[in-house]
Amino acid sequence: MIPLLFVILVTVATVLLGIIATKRAQSASDFFVAGRQVSVFMNASAISGEYLSAASFMGVAGLVMRFGYDAMWYPVGYAAGYLFLLLFIAGPLRRFGAYTIPDFAEGRFDSPLFRKIAVSFVMFIGFFYTMPQMKAAGVTMGSIMQWPYWVGIVVVGAVITFNVALGGMKGITFVQAFQYWVKAFAIAVPVFVIMSVYGSYTSTLSKTAANASGFPVLVTDGTYKINGKAKAPTNVVAFQAVEADVTFKSSTVIGKVSPSRKPEAGEDALVLDAIIKAGAIASGTTIHLVPVVVTRDGVPVEKDGKTVLTGVKLEFDEPAELALAKGLPVPNAQKNSKWLAPFGTLTSKHGYPLLYTYSLIIALICGTAGLPHILVRFYTNPDGRSAKKTTFWVMVLIGVFYFFTPIWGAVGREFIPGLYVPNKTDYVVINLPGQVPGIWGDVLKGVTSAGAFAAFMSTFSGLLVSMSGAWAHDIYGRILQPESSPTQRISAFKVAAIVIGVISMVLGLFIETFDIAMLVGWAFAIAAASYFPLLLLGAWWRGLTATGAASGMLVGGLSSLTAIIVFMLSDRKVVTIADPLVKSLCEQPAIWTVPLSLLVMYVVSLVTRASIPKDVDEKMLRLHAPEGLGYSKDYISSDH
Amino acid sequence: MSNHVDQVLNPERDRALLGRVMRRQVRLSLGVASVFLGIVLLLPVFNLYYPELAAQKIGGFTLTWLILGVLFYPITWGLSAIFIRKSNALEDAIERDEKSGVAH
Repeated sequence: MIPLLFVILVTVATVLLGIIATKRAQSASDFFVAGRQVSVFMNASAISGEYLSAASFMGVAGLVMRFGYDAMWYPVGYAAGYLFLLLFIAGPLRRFGAYTIPDFAEGRFDSPLFRKIAVSFVMFIGFFYTMPQMKAAGVTMGSIMQWPYWVGIVVVGAVITFNVALGGMKGITFVQAFQYWVKAFAIAVPVFVIMSVYGSYTSTLSKTAANASGFPVLVTDGTYKINGKAKAPTNVVAFQAVEADVTFKSSTVIGKVSPSRKPEAGEDALVLDAIIKAGAIASGTTIHLVPVVVTRDGVPVEKDGKTVLTGVKLEFDEPAELALAKGLPVPNAQKNSKWLAPFGTLTSKHGYPLLYTYSLIIALICGTAGLPHILVRFYTNPDGRSAKKTTFWVMVLIGVFYFFTPIWGAVGREFIPGLYVPNKTDYVVINLPGQVPGIWGDVLKGVTSAGAFAAFMSTFSGLLVSMSGAWAHDIYGRILQPESSPTQRISAFKVAAIVIGVISMVLGLFIETFDIAMLVGWAFAIAAASYFPLLLLGAWWRGLTATGAASGMLVGGLSSLTAIIVFMLSDRKVVTIADPLVKSLCEQPAIWTVPLSLLVMYVVSLVTRASIPKDVDEKMLRLHAPEGLGYSKDYISSDH
Repeated sequence: MSNHVDQVLNPERDRALLGRVMRRQVRLSLGVASVFLGIVLLLPVFNLYYPELAAQKIGGFTLTWLILGVLFYPITWGLSAIFIRKSNALEDAIERDEKSGVAH
């Protein structure tokens, strides 16, 4: 009940602040870029509020809990992307004075066709990034209130669509700034309380380090609901190499039994039938699991003087309920030493940990610098100098936020390890506060639930503004009805907000089985290989042509998309990728797609260099000459 | 709100100005970027080849956790503060130089 009150509070505050801010949003420029009169502090809070999505608020802590050190590259990459924006993109883009990326695309190359391509990418990346927000809203409400999946989606979708349609960019700037502070409070304050009850960040890490070969253990007896095959890969329970009793509280079907430890080359295939067999299991069955000795040619394998053992890994075809006893080394968790050190299961799974790490870093840094809903915000600064100052404050605000996320992962690993069993480490931020005894547990859970809600709402509102803006400003205002008045464009914006909001909600309903982190990864990988090269070369190389830029964007974006889809299909065992190197490059494609996109842009531009705009030097001066020299201008200043 | 001053089109002058401005900007941006990329790209190599040093305990953290999970953020703040100060000074200098007609 208390968590629900907090969620209602933050939702009502969002609507009210939106209405208040909207009273002052009248002109077209208010709608698209908040009148360019947003103060640095407000804008930095709003950008941070928009940027810290469900993936940051819940996902990063969950990834750190699951993968340990390796997962800290995620928040680091998200924050580092901003430094690249600052160094190469923020200043020039603001000086160029366009409303949107498609404005930049057309203005820089005098190519209306290129505007259309750029608009489709805004929509495409936008929807990819919207879907995980919707899913997170649905499952969080399900977790807090036991409401059906669609309720959270409809609540978040309806509230934000209302706000955006009412006040556009100006209507949401203040709201997003407010939501940043809700999130910062919600990630920081409860964790201090939790640490005062359970032990500090460093003492938890020290404890983990001191017990290097151990695992976190279950803190209570409990029953865990495991997903069936429909929600693969979360239908897996990999037991550690220990003796344990497992009681099945419902009848289920086990699809596959295999060793938890990945066999190395030359080792014998292990026969696990004596312990448990794949097939139907009756409710009430108890099975005694024992460690299995790994052998090579019939001889036990030894490592560091110890016999190598493994537990069994169960993959369920049907949903299952398992009762496990207190003190059991928790299934699905990495060994403490692996969790704490670099190159654990996240980056080492294909056998190329360094390659995987670098590719992940490139995707996150370049992807951040290429997300359309982030870029559009730079235009809300009055000038290039304040754009840079804003970027600095954004880095401070998101850096402070991200500092706290691994603490949740580290403390959650020790004190609520039960989340590993059903593969629900994503919920650590929501569920850990509930472990605090008494009413404070509920209150703190309310605080983090409100923070999670603020995260879905602020990111969704940013995406909705950039997508509706792309529709009203770029498609309606430039392509369909170039003669339309600013008032007509505002109406187009409102209609677009409602239509796109509804489409987003409907899409959200269809993706319940998709992984949040995976969907966000898609958006980043596509943006990294399409928008980032466009902006980087567009701002810094006068020789870039429209044909070159468009081909690079398409090749980069589509090859990222293809690689990720191929990996997903192999994950679901539809196709087989034999070579682990290829598999790694498909899962994390940025390391080859970003250079590929840049290369295609370079080569095609050289071939088509006859089509470099005649006034390219004037355009480049608009991007680079300090404002005082008078070369910059507002691209659409005659509109209003 | 256009602040585009009346200018006689002069492609050669524009081209030369652009070259001077971009050279100075790109030197600054790449300088800061290379310090940053040095840190980000060397850390995984350090982790791979010096695992014991990376696991060294410092105040409850391992060295590499301290770098990636804690110190990384203040480092980005420092680099961006330096960049912004230098970049603003550079723009002032460019304006001054160009308005007074100093050629480079």
